[in-house]
Amino acid sequence: MVPTSPRRPGATPSPLGWLTRSSGSWLPPLLGIGGFLLLWQILSITKMIALPAPTSLFTEERTRNLILYPFYDRGGLDKGLFWQTMASLGRVAQGYTLAALVGIAVGITIGLKPTINRAFDPLFQFLRMVAPLAWVPIALVLFQKNQPAAIFVIFITAIWPILINTAEGVRQIPQDYRNVALVLQMSNRRFFTKVLIPSALPYIFTGLRISIGLAWLAIIAAEIVMPGTLGIGFFIWDAYQQNYVGEIVLGVIWIGAIGLVLDRLMAWLQTRISPGQ
Amino acid sequence: MSAVIQSPVPDLGAPPTEAFLRFENVSKVYPTAKGPYTVLDGIDMAVNQGEFMCVIGHSGCGKSTLLNMVSGFATPSEGQVVLHGNTITRPGPDRMVVFQGYALLPWFTAYENVYLAIDSAKPHLPEREKKEIAREHLAMVGLTEAAEKKILQLSGGMKQRVAIARALAIRPEVLILDEPFGALDAITKEELQEELLTIWNTQKCTVLMITHDIDEALFLADRLVMMTNGPAAKIGEIMEISFPRPRNREEIMEDPLYYDLRNRALDFLYSRFAHDDTE
Repeated sequence: MVPTSPRRPGATPSPLGWLTRSSGSWLPPLLGIGGFLLLWQILSITKMIALPAPTSLFTEERTRNLILYPFYDRGGLDKGLFWQTMASLGRVAQGYTLAALVGIAVGITIGLKPTINRAFDPLFQFLRMVAPLAWVPIALVLFQKNQPAAIFVIFITAIWPILINTAEGVRQIPQDYRNVALVLQMSNRRFFTKVLIPSALPYIFTGLRISIGLAWLAIIAAEIVMPGTLGIGFFIWDAYQQNYVGEIVLGVIWIGAIGLVLDRLMAWLQTRISPGQ
Repeated sequence: MSAVIQSPVPDLGAPPTEAFLRFENVSKVYPTAKGPYTVLDGIDMAVNQGEFMCVIGHSGCGKSTLLNMVSGFATPSEGQVVLHGNTITRPGPDRMVVFQGYALLPWFTAYENVYLAIDSAKPHLPEREKKEIAREHLAMVGLTEAAEKKILQLSGGMKQRVAIARALAIRPEVLILDEPFGALDAITKEELQEELLTIWNTQKCTVLMITHDIDEALFLADRLVMMTNGPAAKIGEIMEISFPRPRNREEIMEDPLYYDLRNRALDFLYSRFAHDDTE
């Protein structure tokens, strides 16, 4: 059988024509998401699930107001989604920055010194398996206060991919580059800035990108069990306590969207900064 | 002047002065699971200052190991390699290497690669001078135009030119090349051989070069070291190549001596020490 093209040859380049030609890329996701929302709507209306229907996010007054007024501020914890998100992102920024600094530094050390790596690798492999939620009680005992405890939970969740990828990146520096440094008797500092960092940078960025997603997951876990904190995580928990199911759904959608934006942002940064690619 | 074929006794052509670079009864043994494995056995050789030496032999005969003991990446199990009366123990910029895979840093431009080498090996030179040396050496290999290009944008021949410019820019006493032109096409290879000779003529550093190509060795070298097969490889023969310099490829190929030397090398490699693949 000869494959035939559904497109007419010599179609004029009109906007409609472009839309038809590129339909292969936008049509499947549109059908997928649309179908999912439709199924959800039907299941809700027929009372087969207890969740409110997607359309209720706009018809219900509480959720509609949250969507329409993300910047409102009535003091205390009664603030718009924008402020809730900013509070969470602020914590993520602090914990993540700390994780990046410590993770890269320790990663380079264990990448360069096999003995130190052998000493600590079992511990690292063990600690990275501990779920963010399990760190929460430990963090609360350690720090006694919500804010530093939340930052610690993010730090300890996000550090492992950065640390492990950085160490691998340093180990993967080609022997040829090390030999060049040896024969030129390059100073340690010069080797570090001119050879080690540029060579390991793609690995470091892979770690940073994995970790930004984990950090965002961790903040939700941390905030949910830290009552009285401003943040998107506690916002959801609070809505659950008061049985505002629509708000829970809205909060979850909001979290997913922010996580997606953070991941895209890191991917973009990676393509901009990674050299020699 | 006619060629003198030297049988195992080396160093007949040495000047009256003390040899510049000496291999003194050098052996290299690697420990393996099946017991010690001798790569090189009892190498004695003297290299004069400013001499161009090529090393040829079948794969596995320890050519690279031999040169690594000059660069300092390997140390002899027995004996020593002596440069200027000092035993070589570690790598240093006085014995610069042109690595087999070029070993250029891909995140830098051609110019930055050369400059980094000068800046690392000679940090105390004034910056203006370092920049000038870098530009001058890129010009020598015809890369003035491509100096600001990233390494990944360069062809194989251009990369090899950068590697040679980088190596010579730090003014080494010994230049070590491990099959530098093996991966290049025939035309680029001949161009680079000629460029290498031109630069070597101006700097007169000592060159040690591994090759698989007899014609390349005959065009470039003052002497050709032919190694016996491993394990426990030795120097089989050192052949003097006495064509006058500067050399012209067409002229030396018309010289009947060229074919005498070529046949002698072929005879050594493919009759007397033919490679046994069943090993």
